[in-house]
Amino acid sequence: MLAVCGGVGLTIMICITVFAIKYRRRYEGQLAIETHESPWAEWGWTIVPFFVFMVMFYWSAIIFFKHTTIPKNTLDVYVTGKQWMWKFQHLDGQREINQLHVPLGRPVRLVMSSEDVIHSFFVPAFRIHMDVLPKKTSYTWFEATKTGTFHLFCSQYCGTEHAGMIGSVIVMEPQDYEKWLISNSQGSMAIRGQELFNKLACNACHTGNAQARAPYLNNLYRKPITLESGEQVIVDENYIRESIYKPNAKIAAGYANIMPSYEGQLTEEEIQLLVAYIRAMGSGFDQMPPVSNPTGVQPYPAGGNPDGSLPYKAGQANQTPATGVPAPKAPTSAAEAPKAPQSSKTQPSKKE
Amino acid sequence: MTPAATVKFPEKHYLNEGFGWKSWLLTTDHKRIGLLYLVSITLMFFLGGFFAFLIRLQLLTPHGEFLKGDTYNKIFTMHGVVMIFFFLIPSIPATLGNFLLPLMIGAKDLAFPKINLLSWYIFIIGAIYVLWIIMVGGLDTGWTLYTPYSTKYSNTNVIAATLGVFVLGFSSILTGLNFIVTTHKMRAPGMTWFRMPLFVWALYATSLIQILATPVLAISMVLLAAERFAGIGIFDPALGGDPVLFQHMFWFYSHPAVYIMILPSLGVVSELIAAFARKKPFGYKFIAVSSMMIAIFGFLVWGHHMFVSTMSVYAGMVFSFITYFVAVPSGVKVFNWTATLYKGSIAFDTPMLYAIGFIGLFIIGGLTGLFLASMGLDQHLHDTYFVIAHFHFVMVGGAVMAYFGGLHYWWPKMFGRMYPEGWGRLSALIVFIGFILTFFPQFVVGYLGMPRRYYIYAPEFQVWNVLSTAGSTILAIGYILPLFYLFWSLKYGPVVDNPWNAKGLEWTVASPPPWDNFAETPVVTEDAYNYPLHPMGEEPQLAPGQDPMPGYRMPSETGATGD
Repeated sequence: MLAVCGGVGLTIMICITVFAIKYRRRYEGQLAIETHESPWAEWGWTIVPFFVFMVMFYWSAIIFFKHTTIPKNTLDVYVTGKQWMWKFQHLDGQREINQLHVPLGRPVRLVMSSEDVIHSFFVPAFRIHMDVLPKKTSYTWFEATKTGTFHLFCSQYCGTEHAGMIGSVIVMEPQDYEKWLISNSQGSMAIRGQELFNKLACNACHTGNAQARAPYLNNLYRKPITLESGEQVIVDENYIRESIYKPNAKIAAGYANIMPSYEGQLTEEEIQLLVAYIRAMGSGFDQMPPVSNPTGVQPYPAGGNPDGSLPYKAGQANQTPATGVPAPKAPTSAAEAPKAPQSSKTQPSKKE
Repeated sequence: MTPAATVKFPEKHYLNEGFGWKSWLLTTDHKRIGLLYLVSITLMFFLGGFFAFLIRLQLLTPHGEFLKGDTYNKIFTMHGVVMIFFFLIPSIPATLGNFLLPLMIGAKDLAFPKINLLSWYIFIIGAIYVLWIIMVGGLDTGWTLYTPYSTKYSNTNVIAATLGVFVLGFSSILTGLNFIVTTHKMRAPGMTWFRMPLFVWALYATSLIQILATPVLAISMVLLAAERFAGIGIFDPALGGDPVLFQHMFWFYSHPAVYIMILPSLGVVSELIAAFARKKPFGYKFIAVSSMMIAIFGFLVWGHHMFVSTMSVYAGMVFSFITYFVAVPSGVKVFNWTATLYKGSIAFDTPMLYAIGFIGLFIIGGLTGLFLASMGLDQHLHDTYFVIAHFHFVMVGGAVMAYFGGLHYWWPKMFGRMYPEGWGRLSALIVFIGFILTFFPQFVVGYLGMPRRYYIYAPEFQVWNVLSTAGSTILAIGYILPLFYLFWSLKYGPVVDNPWNAKGLEWTVASPPPWDNFAETPVVTEDAYNYPLHPMGEEPQLAPGQDPMPGYRMPSETGATGD
């Protein structure tokens, strides 16, 4: 791209310079020389660039398509943009601000929403960029191919401290990541979501038995359901949020419009907890041990990197089978380590 | 340039038709209104430039020692608002266009002279209003006014600003309307569509955009104010609205608006290239039609500002696809200008230097637009300094260069006096060098990932920002210089009539033109740019100093009836 554009640009500039020198006016009153206006040239430089542009379009559209098609079996991290910080919730329970720890060589899906204005999640090194909207979930993904610390910026202007809404993405070796993940965990998102679910008395109707007045939520996440209108929708973050805020908008077939709205009562982070609970329902979640009061959890302080010395809570690594985080194993990580340098995503590719 | 020994300053002209403030403020003469605009937008240009300079000063260091976040946000917002709405949009159409359109098509005035004056008053009201907003606390939403920040979270004067933009829009609409009617109804006999100068074509295309797109901006501003003021849910998701809807509406105006800014410049450059190569532009019809194509396609590409706004991937593809369509006619123009130079008789007076500078910068600005139009790349470059550099290359490198070029070219026409050529060339050179130094580093720093609208930034970006700030001081000198020598020339410049020996109806009347432009309506009998040429195959073999076509220099002799 740079080569084509640069080449064309330079050629024209050279032509202009050459013509400007060769045909400069040498004496007062010199006339231009009559030239033949060739329609071939005219149509040529109309049509040829058009085809060149089409190639560029095709190329970039393919790249974009790859960028926006999220692979399956991603590691999901929930992201909240808020004036002026980035908050992250890992399904296994870690919470952080302005720092995102991710493992090497594993596709990570970011499930993002904003508490207030539009932000934009921008990691230059990963070539990812996606707006984070209030009350709407957007997704992006990346797969880190190098360990290290990378800039994270908010690139959509969001107010006074827009420039301060920055952070870092820390890419760790998978075994280090596993260590980090369990180092200060305070109960998985699903467990905190369950607490909230019960506190809001959602379980009064969404009981999960045959007489329930509300849909059975087990195994619903990312599955299609049928609405009253016969339409099918996928139960994703946006549908769950809408069903909490505007329950009468899209009613599941066979149920009455009786659910009250929770508009204004929940933060985006709490919505994420409920989502995490719903996605964990029906996947062996019931066997999880209860944890201490989740409201007491403080976000992990920015800048502190846990060294693994904090107490490890037994059983938590496998609490949420939905994520399928494998336990750290020395052989696999050793096999993965050499992969690191061959990166196509972190290397700035000039050709694009 | 011919020595102006024989040229006499005309006794009666539009400048001495009346004196006193009333004769200016109540004038309906398009030439005087053009000058009123010239004065007002010059003030706005330097105001906007002052804000730009504060921005560059702030970004000299990464830690933000100069301004606080809120102040910085207000300054870049006001820089954008002032430069776009008060300088770039009215710049060429309202000054040069106002002055030249009737002269170029052989009319005595615009179709609606009083509406023309009204549009200037609306402009001034809008301008004063915005200045007042700056005084009482500013605006910090960015010129893009994205919701829900602007409707709910900003603590600044959003409603007042939207009202200012709303009012201002009418000025733009009225000017556009006036130009369209004038072009349709008031062309001199014989002035067919394909005999019109390319500048008129460009103005016509611009006017179409102005009257079709600006109302959408007005509507979005009203909706925005309604939501902020009365809590009517349109854009705020908490009220059931959609914040991305605002972006669609805003860019539906604001993308065509960039063509309001650049199309007239393309027209000016076509004029300059023709005049200083003494040649009819290669592919005249293609250039004319390409202006219209740009205007039409320009309406269909707004979504390319929103590739990462969670808009559907397929919608993004359509917008990206159509964006490449716009690039074709822009490319056609550049190729044609280059071909026009071929075998021309090229003089390097100040306007031509500006025009060549324009082409160089426009090529860079346009080609980097292709980078941004490709979705895969925009993923990375969106909202970084790469975008800033791209649109400054087009808007400042393009529109402002062409505006200065046009101003120098028609300055003798406006005032009958010549500016000092040496100073003019110097300023063109300084502007070009200063510009490259200011904005080229921004491509690099944007590619490296520096987001826009940051008042503090990562330290590794500093070196590029220092370069950019250094360039901006050079650029400032280049812009201030003409202010002085152009003023000087009003009184002391040598008297000239048609210093370029240029063709075109505007050069057939005296400089400065009489009050009513043409004593009798001219009859056009030849195509535009009908410069005498050496016949093909016969290279000029004249001794230096010998004039191949004696008498050509007196336009009154060669083109009395026509062109």
